[in-house]
Amino acid sequence: MPNAVSVMLHHQRRVRWGSLLGVVALVLASQVVLRVNVHQALFGVVAGWAWLGAHFAPNAAALADLPEILYQLWRTVLVAIAATTVAGGVALVLGLAGALPTSHLKAVRGLVRLFASLMRNVPFVAWALILLFSFKQNDFTGFLALLLMTIGQLTRAFIETLDEVGPGPIEALTATGATYWQVIFQGVLPAVAAPMLSWLLYMIENNIRDATLVGMLTGTGIGFIFDLYFKGFRYASAGLVVLAIIAVTIGIELTSNKLRQVLNA
Amino acid sequence: MISNPELTADSLQPAKLTPTPRPRLRAKRPARALLLALVAITGYTLTTLAPHGVDLGAASLTFLRNLRLMFLQPHLGQETFAQLSQALLLTVALALLTTLIGAGLAFFLALITARNLAPRSLGDVMRSVMALIRAVPTILWVLVYATVIGLGTEAAVVGLSFHSVAYLTKAFAEAIEEVPKEKLDALRASGAGFWLTVRHAVWPLVRQRLLAWTFIRFEINFANAVAVGAAAGTGGIGYYLFMASAFYFDFQEVGLIVLMILVFAAGLEMIAVRMRKSLLTGN
Repeated sequence: MPNAVSVMLHHQRRVRWGSLLGVVALVLASQVVLRVNVHQALFGVVAGWAWLGAHFAPNAAALADLPEILYQLWRTVLVAIAATTVAGGVALVLGLAGALPTSHLKAVRGLVRLFASLMRNVPFVAWALILLFSFKQNDFTGFLALLLMTIGQLTRAFIETLDEVGPGPIEALTATGATYWQVIFQGVLPAVAAPMLSWLLYMIENNIRDATLVGMLTGTGIGFIFDLYFKGFRYASAGLVVLAIIAVTIGIELTSNKLRQVLNA
Repeated sequence: MISNPELTADSLQPAKLTPTPRPRLRAKRPARALLLALVAITGYTLTTLAPHGVDLGAASLTFLRNLRLMFLQPHLGQETFAQLSQALLLTVALALLTTLIGAGLAFFLALITARNLAPRSLGDVMRSVMALIRAVPTILWVLVYATVIGLGTEAAVVGLSFHSVAYLTKAFAEAIEEVPKEKLDALRASGAGFWLTVRHAVWPLVRQRLLAWTFIRFEINFANAVAVGAAAGTGGIGYYLFMASAFYFDFQEVGLIVLMILVFAAGLEMIAVRMRKSLLTGN
């Protein structure tokens, strides 16, 4: 009769092989649906880089487009920051209404969470395209698309952050006779300011990355001029756009890492 | 990226005898300054954002009307339900495959990136390369590959995988870096080689985190797979979404597609919650 240890080891081994088989099955199932030509895909990995090197190297003609590229990039960064900040304000209110320690009505909490989940899961392609239909092709449409995409994400993040505060400090302040808003402003918000700003920075980073795609769909900002150059076979200018995007993205990432360090210090 | 504010060097120092309010003020000032800066930038941007020639009130009304059409009167349009389901399946498969490829490659790349496992110079090079790949938006990779190997699934798979690898390598490496040094040293001191250390010190501690990151990436890849179908025309549900809204202006069909995606997302969330529970109970 096997002893307990060997039974456990046996069970562990079975779980391990089971998970591995599960992963392999998932890969195979996706391959059955997609029917990817593996040879072509692998070839593409190498060929893509070679092609980039040959066509995307910016030349003197592309430099003439630089002012326009930098202007669009500047606008895109501004729009991303503005959309994220406004979304942060909306998400703060929703977060307070949806988090356990700050909201006493179960129905309200449920509604807010449902709303956040809905907003988060509507594909941003859908937001971008419906907004484009109503608000036409301009920066404001890009702003609204990023705003709607971000509200759901930040609301969920803020609810989780507020939930982590727990009932302790709130009960302590309430016991001293503080009103609801005094508790929120004196007890809750100072405690969550740093993590919430961290989330805001993270979403700004994300939104600057996504702005290219949103711009392609809504015909605004840096995404639009990339699309314009790329489809017009002006690859050198398109390459310059990519280089500019890389520089800004890495710059923003480094800046927000620094800011996060200062915030958490 | 995700750091624990309680574990900073300051909190490890012995408590001062006379608590002064100074540290508190210092901790709050950067937060306030940053918030002010963000609000100022936002204010400036909003004043320059007003569109020319668009009546915002009328536009908002059309937008709300279209939302109502989408969510309350979803309807089939040009395509049959079977076609849309097939396309959704394709998009899910695309997200799944690229996530698994990304996670598989990223695990090994993370081992040669993490500061506590890899040689310093190798780690630095890896981090820079990954930051570079991540800085290029996914859609650009897909467009480039679509140009080189032709429009189709392959371009989408390669393009999405590229970004997933870079994203997950960073996330995985950061998870690995949180493995306590003592654990690694204990195994190394007992003569365990690289793979034994990874197997017995790293893997058991990080696998939950890695699974969580993989799940997050799957969500991102699903959104990207939809977007890539729309913006690069590589097929899947995103393509129909694009056609329905930008070509046929059929918001009822857009609504149906969005609802299908929402149902799928809800199912996914349920699976994620169940997986987290079974992981926590140690099964």
